[in-house]
This record gives sequence, structure tokens and C-alpha cells, in this order.
Amino acid sequence: MLLRLTDRGLWCEAADIYIDPWAPVDRAVVTHAHADHLRWGHRHYLVSEAGLGVSRHRLGAQADRVSAVAYGETTTINGVRISLHPAGHILGSAQIRVEYKGEVWVVSGDYKTDADTTCAPWEPVRCHTFITESTFGLPIYRWPAQQQVFDEINHWWRENANAGRASLLYGYALGKAQRLLSGLDPSIGPILTHGAVETMTSIYRDAGVAMPPTTYATVDQRDPAWSRAMVVAPPSVDGSTWVRRFGKHAAAFASGWMQVRGARRRRGVDRGFTLSDHVDWPQLLSAISATGAERVWVTHGFTGPVVRWLQEHGYEASAIATRFEGERDDAAVDEAESTESETGGATS
Amino acid sequence: MIRFAALYDAIDASTGTQAKTDALAEYFANAPAADAAWAVAFLTGRRPKRLVRAPDLRTWAAELANIPDWLFEESYAQVGDLAETIALLIPENTAQSARATDISLAEWVEQRLLPLRTLAPAEQRTQLFEAWNTLRGTARFVYNKLLTGAFRVGVSDGLVVRALARTSGVEADVIAHRLMGHWEPSAEWFETLVSSATSDADWSRPYPFFLAYPLEAAPETLGAPGAWQIEYKWDGIRAQLIVRRGKVFLWSRGEELLNGRFPEVEAALALLPDGTVLDGELLAWQDARPMPFTALQRRLNRKTVGKKLLSDVPVHLVAYDCLELEGRDIRTEPMRERRKALEHVHEQLIARHAERSATPLTVSLSPLINVASWDDVSERRSEARAQEAEGLMLKRADSPYGVGRKAGEWWKWKVSPLSVDAVLVYAQAGHGRRSGLYTDYTFAVWLDNTLVPFAKAYSGLTDAEIREVDRFVRANTKEKFGPVRTVEPRLVFELAFEGIQESTRHKSGLAVRFPRIARWRRDKVATDADSLETVRAMLRAQRNET
Repeated sequence: MLLRLTDRGLWCEAADIYIDPWAPVDRAVVTHAHADHLRWGHRHYLVSEAGLGVSRHRLGAQADRVSAVAYGETTTINGVRISLHPAGHILGSAQIRVEYKGEVWVVSGDYKTDADTTCAPWEPVRCHTFITESTFGLPIYRWPAQQQVFDEINHWWRENANAGRASLLYGYALGKAQRLLSGLDPSIGPILTHGAVETMTSIYRDAGVAMPPTTYATVDQRDPAWSRAMVVAPPSVDGSTWVRRFGKHAAAFASGWMQVRGARRRRGVDRGFTLSDHVDWPQLLSAISATGAERVWVTHGFTGPVVRWLQEHGYEASAIATRFEGERDDAAVDEAESTESETGGATS
Repeated sequence: MIRFAALYDAIDASTGTQAKTDALAEYFANAPAADAAWAVAFLTGRRPKRLVRAPDLRTWAAELANIPDWLFEESYAQVGDLAETIALLIPENTAQSARATDISLAEWVEQRLLPLRTLAPAEQRTQLFEAWNTLRGTARFVYNKLLTGAFRVGVSDGLVVRALARTSGVEADVIAHRLMGHWEPSAEWFETLVSSATSDADWSRPYPFFLAYPLEAAPETLGAPGAWQIEYKWDGIRAQLIVRRGKVFLWSRGEELLNGRFPEVEAALALLPDGTVLDGELLAWQDARPMPFTALQRRLNRKTVGKKLLSDVPVHLVAYDCLELEGRDIRTEPMRERRKALEHVHEQLIARHAERSATPLTVSLSPLINVASWDDVSERRSEARAQEAEGLMLKRADSPYGVGRKAGEWWKWKVSPLSVDAVLVYAQAGHGRRSGLYTDYTFAVWLDNTLVPFAKAYSGLTDAEIREVDRFVRANTKEKFGPVRTVEPRLVFELAFEGIQESTRHKSGLAVRFPRIARWRRDKVATDADSLETVRAMLRAQRNET
């Protein structure tokens, strides 16, 4: 096996590199900068050039351990050819292609094949073995067209603004928040951001991604115009003192989980918008098919059903238990869903 | 259908009653009368029973979605709702949906939904495919909900009444009264519902029931006990009895006509003077006292009653209010006056019954509890279980008979629940708001060295605790039996319940009423949980009180 699952993560023995390892290693190749994939404490990190800014920011004091390659550019270690290819998940997200003696493996990381102007679009990479995520690997998950969701969000914002209440839109600070920002109609009102979102957004701007004008919402600047504002913030602020500064407001949550009413109601927000940076069921199947892979390893998510479906369709498929979490609501909550991802691998 | 789906979305999306009432009022003002009629029926819980067999629905939905049955079941397990699962699984046929013009709610229901019941399966399948391919989003979900007989939406009857009152200008109490009893949704019916004309044709119709709030504050906050009429809170079936034009109508609180089910009570009620309406409780009754609620349950689902059941479980009406006397609506008169009217009517009944029959009268008065102090009241409450009562009712002596619940007029003061510490042994995934989470629990107590399952409970934990238990279940599963997981017996919970009875249907030999989780005993380990013997002792104590 070119790649093997170890207690530190996915390991390529021939090159002695780990892909998104969860325990400290010498050389880590990292798909993207979300915390369950990019972890502290490795001696050396390789990321995509597009992801250099966000990765360095996330690593803080260890930022100097990161080096980058352009998408498609090949690095060779001990005869193993390693290259990174766009995954369409967030800015800089990459699939990792590993080739040794003619055998090709691709690790998807988190990915989507949907439209998204804030990052390079996913590209199919031909391989023999494809290791895919399955966060939303059930046919109930089919994403509405991105533009339809943006229209719904802007409509909701406009209605709130006309009723004199701020709109609080919750999404993960890195990736989801910027995708949401890219779809907002700035003619409706001012766009405010939470600090965590603002920081990431400025890194996106530095990387040349078009973003609407945003203002970091601090209490000192409280402004009557805020009653028409759209506020983009991480979900962890819901119900906290941070939201009080906006007075009367409506809150919404943007996530793939919002596709199901039970999850929407559990979240306790006024609205749920179905917007995910992961593949839905049709995307997952067509992506797997596009890789041409015969062997598929399935990780974090609905591994059981995806593996069974693939086996019934002639693939050599199995589930692997990683520590990736897929789409969470944020770092502090929804242990339920993240646990689902972890045990999914163990039980299938 | 699109308009009704939009109403559903609006109600679903708002948590405030104001926004919901606004959405309802707007719908009633703009929808065609025939649609509005069906909407009122569905929103007040008069939904059609399941129209198509659930296994057929699953099979056909999987077929149209082009997925294997096992994948349908995996999806259903995650969503937790059949109607929603189907709505999500079938890809939207955009070409066909775009061509279809919107069909009104009334046409959907009358022409396409209700006729399904009598169609052959093959024909049902064709119709369903057509509907699923035509409808989109919420409209498809609502259609499925009606199909499965599970349509529910988060509005109370009170909100529907308020919205109708606002739209029509007719008083809310009048609307509420017109919504009682039996009616067929139609355009004509809706016009009558919201009409300002005062004549009311349907004389079988019950008055809206007046309800009590649970008493949470100390009774001393209610002022002097003398200002209150105090009775037992009976543990039976609330019923309204109407005698008009020589006919008897017995209505349940669910507005179901109970005629024919309790012949022994009806026979006695027929002796009441015309123009009488009473409110009371139907109870299983033996030796001049109520039997446990489980006895009454044997009578509940029987439309016809055999001789054996009639003699095993005789039923009795305990009357506690009089709403109409000699054809006059006396609901606005104070409780104490209505009680006098009730006693007067009952005396007449005793006299007429004695003339005609030697059997005991099956209608009695709910006795008044006379007390000098709240301490006395409290003591009587603690003995209520010995009377097979759930606690006490406190009715303000000057209270009118209102509509729905009104704070400060009637209170129910239930007996403190019984409780035991029990161990979580099985878990099953929940539905609706709890879909995808393990929220339905079975608890066990000790019998020697084994744990015997003895109660199921679904409610009582916070959302955060539910998530925590869910994680525990997933991480500590011992075995899976279909949707049920056996878990390591480690978590201890305090269960509260209202009463205990012997039961041959349960492994423990006991059945508890209204079990719920009082709290999570994180301070306890499994071996600290109570034993079956403790629970049996509670049952004995409960009996000894009598």
C-alpha cells in the first residue's frame, strides 16, 4: 500500500510523509487550514501556495515551518512524486496526489465541486486509489444551486432590514464566512463582521479574492445603521453577550446540515440556509467516478452507506477511521454531528 | 398548494406568536374559502388518516429516487421523518415542475389526496409519482405529511382562532365555539365560520372547554382559601354532555363524539331536562369509587361494548360544572352560581332516576373539599392518590367558564411525582427535532444482580444533555437490534412518574404512568440505582393509603 493508516494519520512510507496527521510528525502535507486537518507541532508543513496565508496565520508561532507549492507542481521525495490540486473547499484547499512506481493515490481532503468564487474550483485527478471524505454521504443531501441560496439570504436580509432588525448570519470563520460574503448584495445595508471572520477575510483579500466591503463590529463604533446590517459571525457567538450589541436581530445558520428540518430546529435559529463546502451525494458520486479510481477509501461522515453503495457498484471500497470531522457547526458545538463522523468510521 | 406551503414555512420559521398570527391572518384573508376551510381543518389537528400504506410509500419513493431500499432506510434513520425523507430523496424534476401550474389546496385534497384511499396500489403509485414529480420543496413535504396522516404544525388552536377573528371581525369566542364538534371543511362551511350572522344552526356542538394552568407558586399566593372552590383532579376522560331537543351528545376534549361507547352513562344522562350542558370526567367506577386509569383504558378504544366489559369496567360520570341551564348559556356566571345550578340539575336527575330505575345512578357530583387553611388543602392533596385522583383543582369561586386557558382562574395542583434512580440500558434514535440523535431511552432497576427494564422516557433532559447522552450511546454501544442499541449500564437518571400499577405486559411486572427524566444523577454509579423491590414498596404504599 502506497498510503497506510497509522495512529498518527495517513502515512506514505516510501516518502515518509504524512497527510493531515493528527499527531506530531516530521513532514506533513496538509490539504487545508481547518483545525482538524492542520494541526500544531509538526516539524515541516507543505501546503498549496494559495493556502499559504491562511495556514501561516493558523499556525502562528510555527508559521515559519510552512512551505508551499503551486497547484499541479510536482515535488519528488525518494522517488515519490507529490503534487497538490484544487479541492474547491476553501481558499488554498488541495487534494494530495501521490505517485510511486506508476501507482497513483489521491487524498481528497474536504472538497466540493460546486461553484465558489472564493477558491480555485475542484479538479478531477485520475488515480488508482481515491481517499474521499463522506461528511454528507447520504442521498438526502443535495445542495440547492448556490445562487438560489444567496438570493434567499439577500431576501431574508432585506426583509429584516426593512423591519429594522439586524441580520446575524452564522458560518465557520474560515471559508464559509467568505463564501457567504461573496454572495451578499452590499446595496441592502452595511456588512459587519466578527473579529475572527474579519481576520480571515483580510487574508482572502490579500490573496486577491474579491470581497465586498466589511466593517469589523466593535462596540465602540455602535451605529444606528446597524439595524439594517448583515453581520457575519462564527456560530459560537449565538446566544453570547457579543450579539447583544446589535439589539433587535434575526439569526440564521448556513450549513449543509440545515437541509434537514430536525437539525434546523435543534439549532434554534430563525432560519437555516443550506450551504456547504462539502460534496453532496450527487457530487460525491460523480467526483469518485471522475477520478477513475478502482479502490476507494471512505473517511469522516456516512462511511457505512457510502462504502456499501460503492461496493454494490463494483468498487473495492472500505471505511477508514480518521480523526477528521468534516463540517461542524463550529469548534465549540455540535459534538453530536462530529461524533457521528468519528464513529461512522469505526462502526462500518 | 404553494400558498399553503408558504404559510407552513412562515409558521415554521417564526418562534413568536405575533408573527404566526400575522401569517395565518394573511392566509385566511387571501386564500379561496375552500382552501381556507381545509387549512383550518389541518391546522386544528383534523388531518386525514394515513392514505397509503407506509411500506408502499417507502418502496415507491426508493424506486422513484432510484436508490436501493437499504439506502432509503439509512436516509430515513438520519432524517427521522418519513414525509421529509421522501421529500428530500426524490430529485426535483425541474422540467415537469416548471410546466405544472399551481393547483389549489382544496383540489389537491379533494381530487388527489383523499381519493387515494380507495385506489388499487398500482393506481396509487402512478398518482404518487405524478405528485412527487410535480411538487417541489415545502409543498412536496406538506403533501407527504398529509399522505402519511402526520401533518402537524406549530400553532395552537387559539392562534388559529385569533387569526380568524382578526380577519373576519367575529369575536374569538364565537369562532372557537363554531370550531367545536363535527364539521366538513368546504367553502360554504368557511363562509359560515367567519360570518357575522348570529344564528347557530348546529345544536349538537359543544362549548370550548375551559382549562387549568398547573400551579407552580405556593398556594398562599392565591389569597384566602375561601375564595376558591376546591375539588379533586380526576384521572379520567374529560367530557362535555349536551342534552338538547331530546338528544344526548357526549363529547371528549378531543372533540370526538363518544356516543355509544358509554351506554350506562348515556342512559342516565337522557333523564336530564332539555337544554342542559354539563362538564365532567368519565371514570371507571367500582364500589362507589374510581378504578385506576388503566381500567378505563380498556373501554376507550371500543366503539361497541360487550356485556363482560360493561360489568368488569363500569363507567361513571363525575360532573363538575354546568354550562347551560334550561337552554340558557350560563358560562359567564360565577363558578359558585354554576355549582348551584349543577347541584339543582343533579337533584332533579336523582329524583327522575329513582322513579324509573333501581340500579345505582351513574352520574355523581365531584365533591367539594371544604378546608379552613392552605395547610389543610396541602394535606388533602397529599392524599389525592388514595382517591385515584391526580391532585386537586383550585377554581376561583367567582370565575366564569372561559375558553382555553386563562391564568388566575383555574389551577391544577398535582400530587408530587414519585421517583426512583434507574440505569440507562437501551437507546433509540428520536424523531422530528431529535432526529439523528439517540433520545428515546429505556431504564432499568436492579433485581438481585441483574438490571430489569422498567420504564421508557423521552423527555426531561436539556439539549446539551441530550447531545452528551447521544455521544455516550454511540461510544458505549454493546449490541444493535435494528434501531435499538444496548449500552453499557453506566448512566443513572432520576425518573419521576405519577403512579405505579401492576402489569403483565412488562418484564418488571410493573407499569408507571407519565415517566420522565427528573435529572441526570452524575453523582451516582449503576450500583447506586434503586431496586425493583423499592418500586414494589412504592406500589404497596400507594395502596395502603386507601
